[in-house]
Amino acid sequence: MDAIILQILNGLDKGSAYALIALGLTLIFGTLGVVNFAHGALFMIGAFCAVTLSRLFNLSHKVAVPGETDFLGNPLMRDQPYLYDIFGEATGAALIDWAVPLAILFSIPIMLFVGWAMERGLIKHFYKRPHADQILVTFGLAIVMQEIIKYYYGANPIPTPAPAAFTGSFDFGAMLGLDPNQIIYPYWRLVYFAFATVIIGAVFAFLQFTTFGMVVRAGMADRETVGLLGINIDKRFTIMFGIAAAVAGLAGVMYAPINSPNYHMGMDFLVLSFVVVVVGGMGSLPGAVLAGFLLGILESFASMSAVIDLIPGINQIIIYLVAIIILLTRPRGLMGRKGVMED
Amino acid sequence: MFGLEKKDAKLLLIVAALVFFAPFLLNPFPSDSGMAQFNAGYPDLMQRFVIFGIFAIGFNILFGLTGYLSFGHAAFLGVGSYSAVWMFKLLSMNVVPAIILAVIVSGLFAIVIGYVSLRRSGIYFSILTLAFAQMSFALAYSVLTPITGGETGLQLALNDPRILGAAQTADGNIPVPGIFGLEMRSTAELAVGPWEFVFNVGYYFSGILMLASFYLAIRIFRSPFGMMLRAVKSNQQRMSYTGLNPKPYTLAAFVISGMYAGLAGGLMAAMDPLAGAERMFWTASGEVVLMTILGGVGTLIGPVLGAGAIKYMENIISKINSDILHGWFAFLPDGLEDFVVAIIYPFIGKGWHLTLGIIFMLVVIFLPGGLVEGGQRIAKLFGKKKTNDAKDGAEAKTPAE
Amino acid sequence: MSKSNLTRRGVLKTGALGGAGLAVPTIFTASSVAAHTNEPTGSTVTLGFNVPQTGPYADEGADELRAYELAVEHLNGGGDGGMMSTFSSKALQGNGILGKKVEYVTGDTQTKSDAARASAKSMIEKDGAVMITGGSSSGVAVAVQALCQEAGIIFMAGLTHSNDTTGKDKRANGFRHFFNSYMSGAALAPVLEKMYGSDRKAYHLTADYNWGYTTEEAVKSSTEALGWETVNTVKTPLTQTDFSSYIAPVLQSGADVLVLNHYGGNMVNSLTNAVQFGLREKQVNGKNFEIVVPLYSRLMAKGAGANVKGIFGSTNWHWSLQDAGSKAFVNSFGTKYGFPPSQAAHTCYVQTLLYADAVERAGSFAPCAVAEALEGFEFDGLGNGKTLYRAEDHQCFKDVLVVKGKENPTSEFDLLEIVEVTPAAQVTYAPDHPQFSGGALGTCNNGA
Repeated sequence: MDAIILQILNGLDKGSAYALIALGLTLIFGTLGVVNFAHGALFMIGAFCAVTLSRLFNLSHKVAVPGETDFLGNPLMRDQPYLYDIFGEATGAALIDWAVPLAILFSIPIMLFVGWAMERGLIKHFYKRPHADQILVTFGLAIVMQEIIKYYYGANPIPTPAPAAFTGSFDFGAMLGLDPNQIIYPYWRLVYFAFATVIIGAVFAFLQFTTFGMVVRAGMADRETVGLLGINIDKRFTIMFGIAAAVAGLAGVMYAPINSPNYHMGMDFLVLSFVVVVVGGMGSLPGAVLAGFLLGILESFASMSAVIDLIPGINQIIIYLVAIIILLTRPRGLMGRKGVMED
Repeated sequence: MFGLEKKDAKLLLIVAALVFFAPFLLNPFPSDSGMAQFNAGYPDLMQRFVIFGIFAIGFNILFGLTGYLSFGHAAFLGVGSYSAVWMFKLLSMNVVPAIILAVIVSGLFAIVIGYVSLRRSGIYFSILTLAFAQMSFALAYSVLTPITGGETGLQLALNDPRILGAAQTADGNIPVPGIFGLEMRSTAELAVGPWEFVFNVGYYFSGILMLASFYLAIRIFRSPFGMMLRAVKSNQQRMSYTGLNPKPYTLAAFVISGMYAGLAGGLMAAMDPLAGAERMFWTASGEVVLMTILGGVGTLIGPVLGAGAIKYMENIISKINSDILHGWFAFLPDGLEDFVVAIIYPFIGKGWHLTLGIIFMLVVIFLPGGLVEGGQRIAKLFGKKKTNDAKDGAEAKTPAE
Repeated sequence: MSKSNLTRRGVLKTGALGGAGLAVPTIFTASSVAAHTNEPTGSTVTLGFNVPQTGPYADEGADELRAYELAVEHLNGGGDGGMMSTFSSKALQGNGILGKKVEYVTGDTQTKSDAARASAKSMIEKDGAVMITGGSSSGVAVAVQALCQEAGIIFMAGLTHSNDTTGKDKRANGFRHFFNSYMSGAALAPVLEKMYGSDRKAYHLTADYNWGYTTEEAVKSSTEALGWETVNTVKTPLTQTDFSSYIAPVLQSGADVLVLNHYGGNMVNSLTNAVQFGLREKQVNGKNFEIVVPLYSRLMAKGAGANVKGIFGSTNWHWSLQDAGSKAFVNSFGTKYGFPPSQAAHTCYVQTLLYADAVERAGSFAPCAVAEALEGFEFDGLGNGKTLYRAEDHQCFKDVLVVKGKENPTSEFDLLEIVEVTPAAQVTYAPDHPQFSGGALGTCNNGA
């Protein structure tokens, strides 16, 4: 029982990342009809926003440490962040500690800009082009983006810790009256789940309750008619692309402390997020979110050693196996609409 | 000629000439010059050109004609390689049975996967094929290690129970693959002044098979069966209304293209008897998609060009290091030399991925029909009235979705 | 139109006949005139450095390449000579190898066996490389080693830790200086016993591929021999990035030690995740919960950041070693590049020197002669103390370092501290040890 509760928690947490990326992908599919292979790269750029802010905060000048030498025998220099000089050591240290949450604010304008630039500069010329061309151009873009990041940050993962206040884990077991240490879960992952829920809720509320959202939804359903009504749907879709990029970016920022970001983390998520989107059903936002959480939970269950012992290798293939089963039993995924990306 | 229209026969002859004279064409620079770095006429790369050419030609039969975008084609390549290596281990070092088995096994594999996946269309089909391939990769890399060799790949060993043929050569080494005694790696050299040209048995063996594959592809493109496949692409519903069931045609195309991939996989193992699971990873499947789109979807020659372009970048650009760059620009004044090298350096050597990405984008932005369209434009530029033979008229204008 | 001897492909060279420049083709067979594949005939010799330049191990590959460039510089008499002055064999003169200037070509393995073999083949077929070295994973090492055996080229493995490289997949033309899974287990176990006691329950998370299997087996058998109990071993997929679902059940199992048989990105992520779960602050069975990482590297430690503090593992070499060889190497590497070398850089540098030295001693580039010079070769002064290149399996036997993540690092390179230098005798095993069984060395191949 404990093990199952634990894996549900894990699944929700994994699922949050899948759902956030899939949500953005579906927004782009649904509104613009574009297969965006660069979406994983946007997630990665988000994570590197966190890395960059933390680097900016850590910009330092050298201060000699008296009486010590480095590996070549020269006097040992210690780094002193400029923030310490500006704000004093206490405030400076706190800012550095909170770099990742602060990067949320830092990343939103960046991601909106990246999304806007991508859509206006490149993607808009591909609306009428075949999906194959869209795949090639966005895949090329993804490679270029990750190579640029690699050029400046190297290939090694870069540790980007969460604020000290969130280290350690919360003991659910003790709360439920079980033995301590039976069900523990890290604070930061709980924060991630909560954050994802808020973002997903915000996107849905935005689409559901604002005039802008209403027009976008109408555009998703029938672009031509909305255009005939004299509404400039293209401009709104550009904004939606920016929002989708921002959602991916925020998912990346908050993910940075969970796994040290590296330049190819976007590619690692790309294929999985496509599977999630398709299992959810093309063009369906609730489907994408549902599939994200469902696959996250199933993946977690499959990694339990009791399950692996029963079916060796199941943890390697569970997501794909489930995807096949769902697509064969439900032709358009969980909640897909007829005719979207079916030809 | 060969039952082909004049235009197609001419194209086939051009490709045949390219294949036979590749050792000359790919080594245009004297081997002692700085430009020798760009020579691609050595056996391994030439083999790769034609083998990936076969892979892409096969992929194009499915994607270019029916519009079904398989994202898991590398699985067939991998299965073909594994079967071929097992044949070397168990039966004989002759490549013929190995390649035959590779084609058969990958064909069977394609029947199973195709039968299931073709129940869906569009992106749902793509994800189904992707899922099957990823499952094959994951299992081959881990739990199937006893059959596939896992991480280190399936290789020959000194104690293989080879039924026909010895387990070891006289001097205690593992025998190498050959065709009736003629080793695949046998190479003849021709030196003409400072130029060097290499003629390799394996290359010509693969090259001939590629020509055969290419010929078969032309026949398929021009046959009533090919028309049927185009009908699947343009409008399945209308096709069903006329009383035709599109599924057997699509499945046939899927299996044929799977067998092409198996042939390519078998040949890879024949050139180099090792089969690794990475051959089935999604990036490998993605690579053949990119090759086909880069070259020109639905055109006959496009996929081969795309395959050549990507393999050239992977093998030539990645090998240029800063030392070589400094060598090239040594004639410049010191400061300028460093500056030029610093500008170029991010795009070569370890930065070859960047160049690849930029080329993908440039080609798709400026040449919507892929490299084939580039060729057509150049041909036009030189005032040739007739359009490029490489082009398959109707298809080039309506690339696949 | 005249005969050219300037090319590096001297072996395959046939003379140009007459003004027309026609030549008689030479068939690539054993009866050919060349003594061995790519025999250098000109004034230079070409080595092939095949390292990951793209993909997750690109930074490690870049460091290997730096070491190779340094080694070439030293072999050609440039720089301060590095470890050549501390090396016990004095055959190297600083005038290249056998008087031939050392040149090199580089390639990208992409950490994929196919790409690595393609790159190695182009070095052999196109550039005329007479030795291939490098790599950052066992899959690649085994694949390239087999290729070199077939082609008649010497392969000096770079970073490869799996038992298989000199175990079931060993080859007569392949040599490994780096240590292996068995040695990690044998070196770690006594230290772990000393630190954590002999009554421990271990939980293994293992990367689901060959290297993971051999490491798990090695660590498991050496710790069990000391009285530890193995509670569970769970395989994790190579492509896994988030290990939370594997780490969460660890505490429930009643284990008090977590062994992470992971390398590279897997290790960075699994360790980060384990620390996130707060495992290290927990008390289980009345003892502090501990985490062990059998194979450490500084680059990985950098990726995991503060999470490595206090965590035990083993490495092949570390720049803080104080013997003359290590100091000389660190000094010349640090002077040239501005930071200390990694263990991958060290093993690659040493392999290059060892190869060059063996060629000098053998007086020939022929793989069989080089192999004979390396087999059973005992040397010192290359940073690991007295070392033996064992003839039976072409594995180096030398001291192994047990290290621990440093609590108060003084720089971004100062992440590990040496806990113990395990003497070579303690990590030596019989060539037919069960963990290395299957496979045979075969005979050396000169190619032609």
